[in-house]
Amino acid sequence: MVDVHLKGIVKRFGKTIAVNGIDLDIRDGEFIVLLGPSGCGKTTTLRVIAGLEKPDEGRVLFGDRDVTYLPPRERNVSMVFQSYAIWPHMKVYDNIAFPLKIKKFPKEEIDKRVKWAAELLQISELLDRYPHQLSGGQRQRVAVARAIVVEPDVLLMDEPLSNLDALLRVKMRSELKKLQRRIKVTTIYVTHDQVEAMTMGDRIAVMNKGKIQQVGRPDEIYLKPANVFVAGFVGTPQMNFFDATVEIRDNEIILDASDFKVRLPRDYLPVLQEYNGKTVIVGIRPEHIYPEGHAPTTAKKLSWIEGTVDFVEALGSDTILHLNTGSMILVVKISGSHHYEIGSKVKVALDLSNIHVFDKESQVSLLYKRQREVQLS
Amino acid sequence: MEESSIVKYYLRKIIVAGLVILAVLWVITPFVISILYAFASKTDYYSPNILIPLHYTLEHIQKLLDLGATRAIINSVIVAVITIIISFALGLPAGYAFAKFVFRGKDSLKLLIIGLRMFPILVIAVPLVTLYIRLGLNDTLLGVALAHTAMALPFVIIISSSIFAGVPKELEEAAMIFGLDRKGAFFRITMPLALPGLTAAAIFTFIMSWNEVFIASVLTLTNRTLPAFILTSAMAAPDFIKFAAGFIMIFPAMVFVFIARKYLITMWGITLK
Ligand SMILES: Nc1ncnc2c1ncn2[C@@H]1O[C@H](COP(=O)(O)OP(=O)(O)OP(=O)(O)O)[C@@H](O)[C@H]1O
Ligand SMILES: [Mg+2]
Repeated sequence: MVDVHLKGIVKRFGKTIAVNGIDLDIRDGEFIVLLGPSGCGKTTTLRVIAGLEKPDEGRVLFGDRDVTYLPPRERNVSMVFQSYAIWPHMKVYDNIAFPLKIKKFPKEEIDKRVKWAAELLQISELLDRYPHQLSGGQRQRVAVARAIVVEPDVLLMDEPLSNLDALLRVKMRSELKKLQRRIKVTTIYVTHDQVEAMTMGDRIAVMNKGKIQQVGRPDEIYLKPANVFVAGFVGTPQMNFFDATVEIRDNEIILDASDFKVRLPRDYLPVLQEYNGKTVIVGIRPEHIYPEGHAPTTAKKLSWIEGTVDFVEALGSDTILHLNTGSMILVVKISGSHHYEIGSKVKVALDLSNIHVFDKESQVSLLYKRQREVQLS
Repeated sequence: MEESSIVKYYLRKIIVAGLVILAVLWVITPFVISILYAFASKTDYYSPNILIPLHYTLEHIQKLLDLGATRAIINSVIVAVITIIISFALGLPAGYAFAKFVFRGKDSLKLLIIGLRMFPILVIAVPLVTLYIRLGLNDTLLGVALAHTAMALPFVIIISSSIFAGVPKELEEAAMIFGLDRKGAFFRITMPLALPGLTAAAIFTFIMSWNEVFIASVLTLTNRTLPAFILTSAMAAPDFIKFAAGFIMIFPAMVFVFIARKYLITMWGITLK
């Protein structure tokens, strides 16, 4: 049990920069998720923490101990590899028991722990098999079991549930989370599945191109994305983005988005003042656009526009509308099952208290940069 | 349409089976002939009317063994074993380094090692003998084994590097995370996984040494290995003795290969059919 600090980590492989200056402070006992698209440096970051990779720049601290140059075995970490890395020449039982054997646990204790982990991951009946006799998902669970039988200071997991079926994955998520709560081990969990990140993480660090884009609680990441990347990466269907010109006249803010104009509440004045006449990127999530009759009574600041139904995705629990407003498509999510005729005209309201505005150049959120918030009435 | 595809399917199967049978015959005929004639009685062998001998005897083999083949077989085994030990002791670390580390000049070094294999052994035979006389290694089994090691080493390095490269690096890394150092990870993870491949490499090294005749003949006088012994003593003898000699050459190698092969197949419960 230890807090982990990454200070300016840079890792290059030849000309590619896998990790490009990462600073991250992870609290003792915290469950932090590294979330990001493929190739953004998640695995590399984890390997640096584990000691399998020496960073080209920067330091790794466990508590106030500098472990940057310590070999993996002196760090007391445990890891689930993305490729599982379970040993083909050992039976499942021996795979799980191996870390305990090395640490010289007594035999009965080893047996107890292996059985416990196997039970938890539903692989009890596989203990006597060799890895090549297992399916991908079963192997993955062996890898998880092996990582949790020891009591590490830091538990590193690299997409540990990626190969399980949907049902088992949901179950394993909660099992892992419960386990982590109970043993209070500092956990760094890599995934590119945002649902996993949202449901499991105490905090999420969203990464892109070797850099951390934003660190925060799941709701912060979702409701107050710091830039266009985070806003677009988290949430399905993706947030709607469109360019708009800011016009401020007599303390009135108008966003002119070629197809329609939106009048913003006064509250945005402080942040948009200096953007008068300039183009910004506006973002709004599909569930914050309401067709007539679907606006929640709590939503006050609405701006109505009209569009033609281009395409409908009926998901059962939700209905996704693709609305053509002239030169662009707005995606609208309505909960429940609803019928819309393709080609019909629909009036929708943009929920102005859930609108995001980003700088066109830097793509940084004007509302939530440096955690600055707009106070909406 | 349906029918013709079935016909095609079976036709293809028949052709493949035919080719396989042909290939097997091609390999196995010389074995069968030399084994048959190695045990054929003298009269059967010389009788023009008998193709497949009817009377068998151990006489020829016995004669060869009496002539010194027993000693030569033992010599050959000793040389082959020493060759395997030295070439593996030197070759495995080199192979591991080639497989797991990135370093300057790696590719050229690899090429150089393969290049050594192209060096004609004839050219170095005479200098080697002079060198050996000076070192007191001439006519010793160790001397022959060292020469065989030189021939086998490039092979062992290249093969073992590809075997080690075939063991995913994460397997070793996982062991290092869970508490082993690099050496421990090598001996407890990589080595057992590489063992089937290394066994195959050992078989090849054994057979190379077992069969090698030129250097063995040049370097030894009294301590002949089997091929050198046969070359000098049996070649002047009657034909059935030559067949017997052939059998003695083949037999131990075959036994060795069969044992090693079985070991290869049953390893880790993985059955290769
Ligand atoms: N050993 C290596 N040699 C060269 N390049 C590497 C190496 N490991 C990673 N990279 C590169 O570094 C970048 C980051 O890789 P990394 O494996 O950390 O991504 P990731 O976020 O884990 O992706 P994924 O979600 O696909 O697993 C990639 O561009 C990758 O090609
Ligand atoms: Mg990865």
